[in-house]
Amino acid sequence: MLTFLTLLLCIGILISALLATYLRSMVAAIVSAGLAGLFASVTYVILAAPDVAMTEAAIGSGITTVVFLFALSKTRSKPGSKAND
Amino acid sequence: MLKRLFMLIALVLIAILFFDVASNFTERSELSGISQYYVEQGAEELGAANLVTSVVVTYRGLDTLGEVTVLFISAAGASLLLRRRRNTNKKLVVEESSEIVQTTLSIMFPIIMLFGVYIFINGHLTPGGGFQGGAVVASALLFFMLARPNDSISHKLLMKIESLSGFTYVVLGVLGVILAGGFLDNRVLGLGEFGSLFSAGLIPLIYILVGLKVGSELGSLLQKFRE
Repeated sequence: MLTFLTLLLCIGILISALLATYLRSMVAAIVSAGLAGLFASVTYVILAAPDVAMTEAAIGSGITTVVFLFALSKTRSKPGSKAND
Repeated sequence: MLKRLFMLIALVLIAILFFDVASNFTERSELSGISQYYVEQGAEELGAANLVTSVVVTYRGLDTLGEVTVLFISAAGASLLLRRRRNTNKKLVVEESSEIVQTTLSIMFPIIMLFGVYIFINGHLTPGGGFQGGAVVASALLFFMLARPNDSISHKLLMKIESLSGFTYVVLGVLGVILAGGFLDNRVLGLGEFGSLFSAGLIPLIYILVGLKVGSELGSLLQKFRE
């Protein structure tokens, strides 16, 4: 059962990582990359590494995603314009 | 065409490499060498209930100092890159976030902050530690930034907390050389009762410093990105 769950999570990591590269929308790709981190952190919990899982969940799927989103909004907005999408 | 061929060759080579690793893989049932020593002697020698912590902070303390330095350098580099643009940009007034988000902030902010502090203070007893707690603290700061887009967290304060804790970390490490067995040795203070909050010598102190440093560093990095 546990092996099956781990396998399922690994497939989840693979699919979300592939989606992150193939998705057209930038925002969706970033969220998908964060999702890969989230699946990875659950996998770490199952494999009895809670310390690593906490780091992965907080940094890998949380802060990295937000930093990417901030960077995206920074590179998109042109100087002088107030548009911020 | 040639590019595709090279890509294909590279893929095949990687597949051969990984096939070799994967087919010869057998799960180890015994610990080897130094890890055997850590597991058997670690708890008695350093007095930390969470063995991972005693490896991360004391046995491999120098590596952790290196990691903290790497984080510092990347945060400093990012803020250096982001600084140039700020002068040309006028300060934008962003729309306030909704009532629901602001109310949630005032309820959840202290709880998330407290949870982060709990994680790094209890680093030597329960899973987690300075990095994890610091990241949770930074996520609380991030929530603040998202819910109140027009208020900012004092950059000077974050910088002072960060540099002071980094400095104290190194000072504590040097104290280990003078008073105990070597750099970052935790036995400068007494080991205390195994499993209690005030135990394991310097480990809780170092983890509090690492937590503060990581939290303020990530917080100021996010702040820089937002500006």
